[in-house]
Amino acid sequence: MDYAVQTRGICRAFGDVKAVDSINLSIPKGEIYGFLGPNGAGKTTLVRMLITLLLPSAGSATVAGFDVVSEANDVRLRIGAALQDAALDLKQTGRELLKLQGRLYGLNRRELDTRLNELAGLVDIGDALDRFIGTYSGGMKRRLDLAASLIHNPEVLFLDEPTTGLDPISRARVWEEVQRINKELSVTIFLTTQYLEEADALADRVGIISQGRLMAEGTPAKLKRSLGNDVIFVQMDGNADEARAAVAEVDGVVDVDASGGELIIHVVNGAAHISDVALALNAHNVQVTELTLRTPTLDDVFLSVAGARMEQEAG
Amino acid sequence: MSQAVMTTPTAPRIRARRAGFLRDVLSVAIRALRGIPRDPEAIYPALIIPVFFYAINIGALQDVAERIPGVDYKAFQLPVGIIFAVTGVSRAVTMVTDIQSGYFDRLSLTPINRLAMLLGFTVADFVLVIALTLPVVLLGCIVGVRFETGILGLLLFVALSGLWGLAYTGFPYAIAFKTGNPAAVNSSFLLFFPFVFLTTVFVPREAMTGWLATVAIFNPVTYLLDALRSLISVGWDFAALLKGIGAIALVGTVSGTLALTTLRGRTRRK
Repeated sequence: MDYAVQTRGICRAFGDVKAVDSINLSIPKGEIYGFLGPNGAGKTTLVRMLITLLLPSAGSATVAGFDVVSEANDVRLRIGAALQDAALDLKQTGRELLKLQGRLYGLNRRELDTRLNELAGLVDIGDALDRFIGTYSGGMKRRLDLAASLIHNPEVLFLDEPTTGLDPISRARVWEEVQRINKELSVTIFLTTQYLEEADALADRVGIISQGRLMAEGTPAKLKRSLGNDVIFVQMDGNADEARAAVAEVDGVVDVDASGGELIIHVVNGAAHISDVALALNAHNVQVTELTLRTPTLDDVFLSVAGARMEQEAG
Repeated sequence: MSQAVMTTPTAPRIRARRAGFLRDVLSVAIRALRGIPRDPEAIYPALIIPVFFYAINIGALQDVAERIPGVDYKAFQLPVGIIFAVTGVSRAVTMVTDIQSGYFDRLSLTPINRLAMLLGFTVADFVLVIALTLPVVLLGCIVGVRFETGILGLLLFVALSGLWGLAYTGFPYAIAFKTGNPAAVNSSFLLFFPFVFLTTVFVPREAMTGWLATVAIFNPVTYLLDALRSLISVGWDFAALLKGIGAIALVGTVSGTLALTTLRGRTRRK
């Protein structure tokens, strides 16, 4: 199979800190891969190695078939990247910035005009192209950044937390554009995010990184299924620890997480046991304000793998 | 959302390739040149300060200085005004802004020649410093300064001034690449003082005494001022001109080496 991104035991250390610790990835061409993890998990470090801005301490990686260390120039010709903060020059107009970007990728005038027309529609910049970037809203800057990373028709697009700091409407528009770029241009997209719903909505497959290590990988559906259990969410007035003890003995309950006035109860066949949970809480005079049964989300998967990692380290 | 206009399936897909060194330099230079009028706060002081000092120095010292036989103080001070105008003028602060905003990384992700990232800016710097010499030269002409070497000498005067400005810009760029800090770049102005004041800025070398006279001998700006003054007051003094060009080359070599070394450090993957 042809892989757009492949890493083999890639590591990056800063002093004694292992920011990325022996990660293996194989991302086929045309896929949207969501790389999920909290702040400081190592997402950006991995991206910076893959886009040739940072050297790996160990291991190897190829992007678009070229080695990121020994064939960095070949990689650069084939990738686009929109990094965490929209990297723009506020004193240029959108059109000037895109033209400069295109010229540096060797595009001639005709090709530049063609790409500008295509991108103005694709990322919905339109008339704003001739305004100074300093006047753009956060969402417009993100979309221009996206356009700049696409000007040369890259094979692989890296998006490092593309919606962080955006309002919900702007976020939805970026999602729409990412899907469109993937579908219409067949661009492989490597997307890092700390928003679980973003990975769920966009990614064909998701990798979960915690403290530099890849903890789980698969399609969102597969990852959710891997937990095996349903989740009962309880919001209450009063002491969650007492309530936790009350439901821990209920049949079917596998695990209970208590935090503040909330309980997250992992339960086998939730529909069959939700009434038992409600009765147990009632018997212990717990004032329940909300009781919800749901199938696992990526949040649950993430909390599960991140929690397992923390327990492993504590042990 | 508006409908995208996509390339038709039969159209060849546009592919990235290396643009080439000259095109890289030109592309960066166009951007840097375009940025000059959009950054007026960086230009106005450079326009006003030399005119101010030229007027003040003449007003304060002309009567005293012209007691020295053969000194036309307006002509003597004109190169000083020019040095004030062009020394330290650069787009290094823009470079730092690019580094801090991540735009420098964006450019680094393209197949751009790394040297072009600096040279493009210096092309704009050269144009800017040449432009900044013109008001001072014009003021000099208005107050009666005449070039013994005629129009050709005046053009060489402007060219040497521009080259000096260019030679000096390596220092602020080196600080920009090394620190990525705008405050540090602005402090490169401190280098300006020993260069400009520990030399024959107020009186000719013959009238200087003590340690300042000794320091002035080793200051390259002394020879640059001599060369510029010779074009106004002496005529075609090739020895003075060669020394002036040598001084520019020396400073340019030092500052250019620093700038290139720090550029390599900034763009090298770690």
